[in-house]
Amino acid sequence: MEIGILIFLSSGLFLGWSLGANDAANIFGTAVGSRMVRFGTAALICSVFVILGATVSGAGAAHTLGELGSVDAIAGAFMAALAAALTVFVMTKLGLPVSTSQGIVGAIIGWNLFTGHATDLSALTKILGTWVGAPILGAIFGALLYLLTKWMLSLTKLHLLRLDAYTRWGLLLAGAFGAYALGANNIANVMGVFVPSSPFTSFSLGDLLTMSSVQQLFLLGAIAIAVGVFTYSRKVMMTVGDGIMALTPVAAWVVVVAQSLVLFLFASAGLKSFLEGVGLPSLPLVPVSSSQAVVGAVIGIGLLQGGRAIRWSLLGRISAGWVATPVMAAGICFISLFFLQNVFDQQVYQSAEYRLTPALIERVAADDAGAAGLAELSGETFDSERALIKALAARTGLSYQQRFDIARLARLEQPGGDTTGRLTRTGGSAPCQERLAAAAPTAYRNAP
Amino acid sequence: MNARSALRIFTGTKTLENQLDEFLDLLSESSILYRAGLTYYLDNGGRDNESFQHKLKQVDRMESRADQLRRSIEQSLYEQSLIPDLRADMLSLLEDLDFLINVFEENLYAYSVETPVFPKALHPLMKQLTEQVALSVESLVMAARSFLRDVGAVRDHLHKVLLYEHEADQLALALKTQIFASDMGLDQKTHLRHFVDKVERVSNEAEDVADWLAIYTIKRAA
Repeated sequence: MEIGILIFLSSGLFLGWSLGANDAANIFGTAVGSRMVRFGTAALICSVFVILGATVSGAGAAHTLGELGSVDAIAGAFMAALAAALTVFVMTKLGLPVSTSQGIVGAIIGWNLFTGHATDLSALTKILGTWVGAPILGAIFGALLYLLTKWMLSLTKLHLLRLDAYTRWGLLLAGAFGAYALGANNIANVMGVFVPSSPFTSFSLGDLLTMSSVQQLFLLGAIAIAVGVFTYSRKVMMTVGDGIMALTPVAAWVVVVAQSLVLFLFASAGLKSFLEGVGLPSLPLVPVSSSQAVVGAVIGIGLLQGGRAIRWSLLGRISAGWVATPVMAAGICFISLFFLQNVFDQQVYQSAEYRLTPALIERVAADDAGAAGLAELSGETFDSERALIKALAARTGLSYQQRFDIARLARLEQPGGDTTGRLTRTGGSAPCQERLAAAAPTAYRNAP
Repeated sequence: MNARSALRIFTGTKTLENQLDEFLDLLSESSILYRAGLTYYLDNGGRDNESFQHKLKQVDRMESRADQLRRSIEQSLYEQSLIPDLRADMLSLLEDLDFLINVFEENLYAYSVETPVFPKALHPLMKQLTEQVALSVESLVMAARSFLRDVGAVRDHLHKVLLYEHEADQLALALKTQIFASDMGLDQKTHLRHFVDKVERVSNEAEDVADWLAIYTIKRAA
């Protein structure tokens, strides 16, 4: 591997370190903060299971992040990760528990803005939805689990000392589960932007182990997370332990389980397909914020107890941090990309051209009145997604999402090349292709 | 908590539970023996009363054993970092309960050494006072056991402690009124008042512990 690639990957490793120091601290924060589990034990278990989660189940949430913006040059990925890491680091220094999820999403949008790529609004809505949904879901899980646990405890009448012993084991097991879920869900934040430009190649150790390039990338990111856990998470754990409100060990256990469930629900491809298989609604596979999940769970328990113990002023600061983080990351990324491209002469994105081929137009317009003006754009070449989307908006009645999907598919593999209407090309993300494949010829009927 | 200490906690928990149970048994038994000892004393005097002296020795041994258990439990709680949120409360509770056994022992020794002479007319009230005091401690022991196992039942026992303490107050007041209304010498009146106060003190201490236990219970139930 080239040394230059390692340098570019270093920002991802920095972001991984930040995630280990902050997000991973949320997992065992209440356990260590309430002095039920020693820091060394928590850090060891957290590291092992984060690495397992990232390498075994890390692909699901990375996919959604790829939909948001496919950062296609390693220098661009470097800056996106660095902008996110710097934002998270600054926020941590300011004492605001934010998540790398918010940082990296903001940074990708900053990259999109700088490079003229359009932002997939359906993916963005999905992610923003989870930023509201995750704390609410955390609060609901926290409150319900707390009620259930208290009810079970009142039935079993466990001795105080026995309850203490069970709670310790419960915290370790729930923490391991939480760390696995965090690794699976949040590794996309750390290494997701490097996936399109992964420098690794797949390798096998006989029949025992096969590691894809993405898995190797995720393993590297997970090791960075583990380093973050061991080197900087202690202070954060102690703060999370009783920052928002003082928690009993049992409540601490409930918080860890509730948070882990939220992360797992948003990370498990298996669970998603199972729920869809039995006809139940499923949640999107999106990297959610462990901070939001843990804060939600604590609030849920606090509200159940009347809300008097909750420090609302701190909660207000935390919420402000959640809003400021993506905005700040987007700003840092946008400005830094300008310098990286123009001062350091680095390629921060793959330049491409966009053209609507007759085959593509025919396929989309076949059954859609809104697409009437598409033919006027036939053969015209655009130098960015945004320019094409703008032109489509001016000449057709297609919705933003439809225009976005068409723009992704109109990307030419090489500037000056021809797509001849093929649906499998570098620019179109899988969901985008699926949408269009499924669309033709009827899905655009309901377009506004 | 590392894996080895976690395993030790699991195996050691039962031992510690047994120690706590034994400690509470000792307090409960010493209150019964205290009551029996004072009844023997009132019926037959103290210094040469074999039954009274036997009870005194039993309470003395229990006090020593309770001290040993308390130290051992406290050490285990600290060494194994058990119940971090309630450890301070637990230690205070143990100290307070142990203090009650000390008061039982101290009172019986005081009776043995100073041999206060209660007129026969005061014996029924004295026995009632001793009974109420012993009942307040037994209710406190029940409350402490519930604190460990069934926190919802603590209040059921705590209110009894307060009731018995109130009864003991009334009886002590009645006793002191009768003592000072009698034609005994002032030295004897003062001496007997002192012993009535000593007996009553146990229920007052029990009430204080009950008040603290009510607060610990709120924390434990949260």
